[in-house]
Formats: sequence, structure tokens, C-alpha cells
Amino acid sequence: MPAVTRVRWAVIGATSVALVATGCSSSGSSSSSSDTSKTFSYQSSEPQNPLQPANANEVGGGRIIQNLFRGLVDYDPANGKLRNQVADKIDTTDSQTFNVTLKSGWTFHDGTPVKAKSFVDAWNWAATVSNNQINSSWFSDIEGYADVHPKSGSPAKTTMSGLTVVDDTHFTIKLVNKVSYFPYKLGYPAFSPLPEGFFKDPAGFGQKPVGNGPYQFVSWEHNTAVTTKAFPNYQGVDKAKNGGIVFKMYTTAEAAYADLQSNNLDVMDQVPPSALANYKNDLGDRAIDSPQGAIQNIGFTLYQPDWAGANMAKVRQGLSMAIDRDTITKTVLQSSRKPATAWVAEGVEGYKAGTCGDFCTFNATKAKQLVTEGGGVPGNSLKITYNADGGHKEWVDAVCNSIRQSTGVNCVGDPKTDFKTARAAITGHTIDGAFRTGWVQDYPLNANFLHDVYVTGAASNDFGYSSAAFDAAAKKADEAASVEASETGYQEAEAQLAQDFPAIPLWYYRTNSGYSTKVQNVKFDSFGNPAWTNVQVKG
Amino acid sequence: MGSYVLRRVLQMIPVFFGATLLIFLMVYTLPGDPIAALFGDKAADPAQVASLKHQYYLDQPLWKQYLHYMGNVFQLDFGQSFTGRPVSSIMADAFPITIRLALVAFVFEIVVGLALGLVAGLYRGSFADTLVLVLTLIVISIPVFVLGYIAQNIFAIKLGWVTATVQNSTDISELLLPGAVLASLSLAYVARLTRTSIGENLRADYMRTAVAKGLPRRTIIGRHLLRNSLIPVVTFLGTDLGALMGGAIVTEGIFNIQGVGNVLYKAIRTKEGPTVVGIVTVLVLVYLVASLVVDLLYAVLDPRIRYA
Repeated sequence: MPAVTRVRWAVIGATSVALVATGCSSSGSSSSSSDTSKTFSYQSSEPQNPLQPANANEVGGGRIIQNLFRGLVDYDPANGKLRNQVADKIDTTDSQTFNVTLKSGWTFHDGTPVKAKSFVDAWNWAATVSNNQINSSWFSDIEGYADVHPKSGSPAKTTMSGLTVVDDTHFTIKLVNKVSYFPYKLGYPAFSPLPEGFFKDPAGFGQKPVGNGPYQFVSWEHNTAVTTKAFPNYQGVDKAKNGGIVFKMYTTAEAAYADLQSNNLDVMDQVPPSALANYKNDLGDRAIDSPQGAIQNIGFTLYQPDWAGANMAKVRQGLSMAIDRDTITKTVLQSSRKPATAWVAEGVEGYKAGTCGDFCTFNATKAKQLVTEGGGVPGNSLKITYNADGGHKEWVDAVCNSIRQSTGVNCVGDPKTDFKTARAAITGHTIDGAFRTGWVQDYPLNANFLHDVYVTGAASNDFGYSSAAFDAAAKKADEAASVEASETGYQEAEAQLAQDFPAIPLWYYRTNSGYSTKVQNVKFDSFGNPAWTNVQVKG
Repeated sequence: MGSYVLRRVLQMIPVFFGATLLIFLMVYTLPGDPIAALFGDKAADPAQVASLKHQYYLDQPLWKQYLHYMGNVFQLDFGQSFTGRPVSSIMADAFPITIRLALVAFVFEIVVGLALGLVAGLYRGSFADTLVLVLTLIVISIPVFVLGYIAQNIFAIKLGWVTATVQNSTDISELLLPGAVLASLSLAYVARLTRTSIGENLRADYMRTAVAKGLPRRTIIGRHLLRNSLIPVVTFLGTDLGALMGGAIVTEGIFNIQGVGNVLYKAIRTKEGPTVVGIVTVLVLVYLVASLVVDLLYAVLDPRIRYA
């Protein structure tokens, strides 16, 4: 199982996902009195799968799971940095074997203790193919994954050889390959521990989950609401400053926004496109506009001979310079995006602004010159394939206009009915030239934006991009001794992208949201989630 | 009469099978793989896809899937949704909500629609008649979602008289606004249909006879005019009850009512076969029963049909 199946392609506007656990940092700022026993409501949608940690890969179930469960680590919503939760420490000497030490005192909501076994059993169960967990491929880094998750047929074993319980508070993880930043992946909710009761009745558990997170499950009124309350015995660093969260199911963002304006909903995800232009007027200082770990790109079909070769990189650089990102993000996208200057989204650990250099700055003269020097676009015409159901038409047309005016290349959008169809065309290599693509972070680290997309043969490398220099740099970064070294390593790899230009970075996503007059201290992290436990309900 | 009812009930059996088979074929032959779609934007893991397909019986040929499905339906098992919930309990949640909404809309339609139609029909050419004609024309020409958003904006956000979306669907007072929006289009048709029908019957011989006999006005209108004029209206209302139940998708979306429309829409998008087939089957039954009731009502309204 290639490690790259872990990735997730952005289709923001359709059903994009931002998962991974968030918590809160101690920020203590409160302007008016708050009542820690009161609950607040949050816009949600009916979970698509039973509420099992490794079975939630869409927002509806994902955000509930991430509040009911806490894994070894999570990311500080204030700065996206990794922080320990159940883990006391995660040590490694060779970036391949990790020794995990747990904190003591953690319990599940049913009172049973969280032990090393709770993690190992949960991961083994989730990775086993016959248990049908959507996120099972997240465990593919661990040695013995192929035994429990063969490419076809039934699994030979139900435990992975890479996981060993030492005692109640210690266990070891051995990986197939060196991955210096593996602890970053452990923040994904699929790595949550499970209580023993789970294994007796996984299906029943999926309707009535028992976790170890800051909130405990109260009820699931299907299609209406999932109610949670703060867990009094929570041991994590982000104890809830409110009494609980009520996840109210909405079918449309418009309905949620109408409820938010009339104070029947406290916090929402993302205002509907129809409200983008005036939500700041509607909500005043309760409007939110914060960065997200997601990027929009235009990818090229490098597997086609007429797009391969060093000269064509020049053409792609020229096309990139032909795009007036500033104007398009301000007008067409109503400032809901920020122009990109690198292939990694802003705010992600290891993000380095300006990796793209001048090529991401609008310059019509230079653009035309580069395109001509590179030998021009094949047939002097460019088709940008995109999915018509994701609200991309407007900006694709604008980008094409910009390219046409600056370079004289005949650029047109090539819409496919929906996301599924567009993806099938892209992965089936039946498109010609260029396509819309994007990336939403799985975990806030630059490796996630680079390794999983641009390494040769990566499942999400739809470009057919293959660069020995990039691969070598990525491998070196994977094997680095520390996460910091790995980050710098990947920055070097990213510099190679500026030379080969397999994709044009366009802009970074932002969270445009808001909250009701009943709550305060609502801040969003780079996953587009509020720092749940920090939200205060006014007294 | 008894054999008539029996015949109509027996007719439902082939319709039931035909409808389920058709819907089943349509849903299951739609392009796109529901299991791959479960992985959302991620690249799907082929081994996991195979295992999930086996779980949902999707690795079998279509005819086997249909037999398997129907076999279960006869044990009153409508299968499971991807959330692991039995479809029967999904329907048990959604239908009461939509039935309440449809009934509120239905009452609006009958009371307001008939009243407007009666006034317009009796006083043809008057100011009231023109007003009804203009108002209904406006309602007919404006799409429901426009009406819905306007109503929501004015009554909930600007005036604050009602909540913007339905917070508790068992509270009939919260369903009044969405009910009115849902009823608006049909209401306009009912009003116009009644107006025309009354206009025609006003000139009928039996009306002249009734007036000549010196009957009180209330009897003329109530017993003679209205009863005869209602026949086409009742036909419309009968089939419309089915349409209200299935056609509430837009209204339910705007007012966030978790009824049949919403559930069905979501199930179609995720290609959740058992949920779609189950709900549509029930909707088909609703249509059948509604048209049965219409036919029986004819007999009540028009004795000639009763004796035929």
C-alpha cells in the first residue's frame, strides 16, 4: 500500500474535509463574563459513517470524532505546532522505531483507563481490511501492515508486527521506512485509542461512541443534532471552557447562515458564497477571516511528450507569470483567497514564503518572453480541466483571460460535470494540458504538501512529475534526524519545484466565517475548525 | 363499490414491484461508484473498496442484488445506510416530519386556495377577482426557492417573528412559514381552478333552477355550486398531496427541515441505494393511496359515479 493514499484532494465548495484534532492553547483572554456550563451550537452535517475514529473522513463525522477522542498528540490551534496529549513523550533515535510513553491518569468516558493496549488494539483493528475502516491506509507506514491489509483477499493476521506493547504506559512503533515526521501523522483522529468495550460491539459503538477527549457523547438525534458535554475528568492540556457542543445538522450553508444571523446557531464553518460579499457588514466584529492550510494549483500533464522537457518548464513559468493573482483573488474570489508564493500553504510548519520567486508575480512582458523562449504552448492553446460542481468556473475563466491577454495563448476552461468525473479524467490521463488541482493539509507540515503530491509515483502525483533531484531531496528529508531537519530538507526539495514547475501555485484558502452574539473567543485553526474547547459562552 | 376498491388495491401490487425495480435499476446503474465516493477526495484503497463492496452486497450481479433486496424487504428489512442505520428507522424519522409539513401546506392550499377561488369566481371581473388573478400569476411565475428565501429574510432575519430555520419540527407553529411557502404554488393553482370551475357552473342549468326555486343563497352556493365545482379541484388536490411529500426538497433545504426531501437528496448524492429505493417505494404508495382516496371522493361528490 503506497503511503500516498493518505492524501486528500481539495474540492472546497463541494465536500472538502479538514479533519485532524484541534484543541486549544491557554489564552485566558475574556472580555465579558462566561458560563463554563453552557453549551454552544455548531453547524454540522449528518455523519456519513458510523462514529468510529478510523471511519470518519468527512467533516460531518470527523469534527465529532475529533472532539470525543484524543490521540497521542494533536496540533496547537494557535500556531499549528505539534503538542503532546496522551503521549508523555515519543522518542526515536533512527526515525524508524518510535518509543511511546503515555501519561498516567487518562481515562475513557466510561471510566476505564487509557493504556498502551488501547492504542495498539485500536490501530490493529482499524488497519485490518475486513473491518472496513475508510481511513485504514493511514496505518500503512507501520511494519506488518501488508499482513492485515493485503492488496486482495482476506488478511493473514489481525495484528501488525510493528506494534509492541511494553507495559501499560509504554509501546513501540516500528515503521517500514524512515519517516522522521511520523509523530505529525499521529495527530490524525484515526490514531485515537479505543476502550475495550468497542471490540465487543463495533457497530453499536459507532452509534454511541465512548472516547477519551474533552467532550463526551450524550445523544445522536439522526439528521438533527449530535449533543456532547464537557468531560469533567479530562486530562488533556485543552480542558473545555464551555459546557459542551451541540452539532446541529444543516443541509445548506445558506440555512446555517440565516440561523447564525438570528442567533439560533452560534458558530459556523464557512459562510455560503452568496454571503461572501457582505458577511463582514452583517456580522461586524463577529466575522472571521483567517488562513487555512489549503492551496489551489493548476497542474500540467507532464506525462504527455509535448509538455515534457526542460524548455517546457520555461513555458509553465511564463504561464504562471501571466496570471494576475492579486486582481483575481480580490474581484472574482471576493478576497476569500490569498495569492500564493510557494507550493506549501501559508501557516503550515516549514512554510517558506517566496519559494516560487518571481514566477508567481504578475508580469505580462516577462510572461510572454518566457513562453516564447520555451517554444510556446503546444498548438498555442491551453485547456484547463475543472469540476463544474465546485464553484471553479469563475476563477478558471479569469485565469484564462489573464493568460490570453498577457501571452496570446488561447486559453479555455474545460468543465467536467462533477468532482468524480473530473477526478476520473485526471487520474485516467484522458485530459490534455492543464487541470485544476488543490491540496488540503492532512497535518500542518510542509512534507504533507510536497511528499504526497510531487514524489515520483505518489498516488496523488497526477502530473506524472518525476525528478531525480526532487526525489533525492525528499528521501533525505524523510530520513532526517529531527522534524526540524526534515522541514528544511523539504524546503530544499520545494526549491526544485520552482525549476521544474509541474504545477502553478495560485492561492491559499481562507476561513470566512462568523459567530453569534452569545459566544466569544472564537478562533479558527489552519484546518478551518474553531478551537472548540476555547469557545466561551456568555453568562 | 367494494369490488372497485379491491381492484384498486390489487393494482398496487404490480405498481409496487415495477416502481421498486425501476428505481433500483436507475440508482444502481448511475455512473460513479458509491464506495469509491465514500473515500471523498482521497484516493481510494482498492483492497478496502473490495471489502466494503462485499459488506454492502455490491460485489454481486445486479439481479442478485435486487432479489436480495426484495427478499429482505419482505422481512420488513429495508437494508442499512452507510451510517450503519437501518433504512426503516431513517424513514420512520423522516416521514412524520414531511407528513406534518405536507399537511400544513395542504390545509393552507384548501382553506386559502378555495376561499380565494370562490371569491374570484363569484365576483368575476371585480377588483377582488383581478387581485386574485394578479397575485396567483406572480406566485406561479416565481420559483419556490426565491419565495422561500424572501420569506425567510423578511419574517425571520429582518422582522424576527419566526426562527430562520425550523428548530423543532413537532412544533406546528414553526412549520407555518415553510408550509405556506411549500403551498404557495399549488395554492395559486387551486384558486384559479376553483375560480374557473365556479365560473362555468354559475351558468349551468341546475344553478338557474336552484335560483328559480328561491333557495337560500347559502344552499345554492354550498350544496349546488361548490359541490359540483370541487370535482376537478379534488383531483388536483389528491395528486398534489403526493407531490407535496416528494417535492418538499427545496423548501426543506431552505428551512433546514430534516424530512424526506432532504434525506432523499442526500441519499441520491451518495448513491445510497437502499435508502433511495425505500423512500421512493413509500412515496409511490403515498401516490397510490392518494389517488385511491380521490377516486372514492368522486363517488361522494358525484352520485352518478357511485352508481356507475
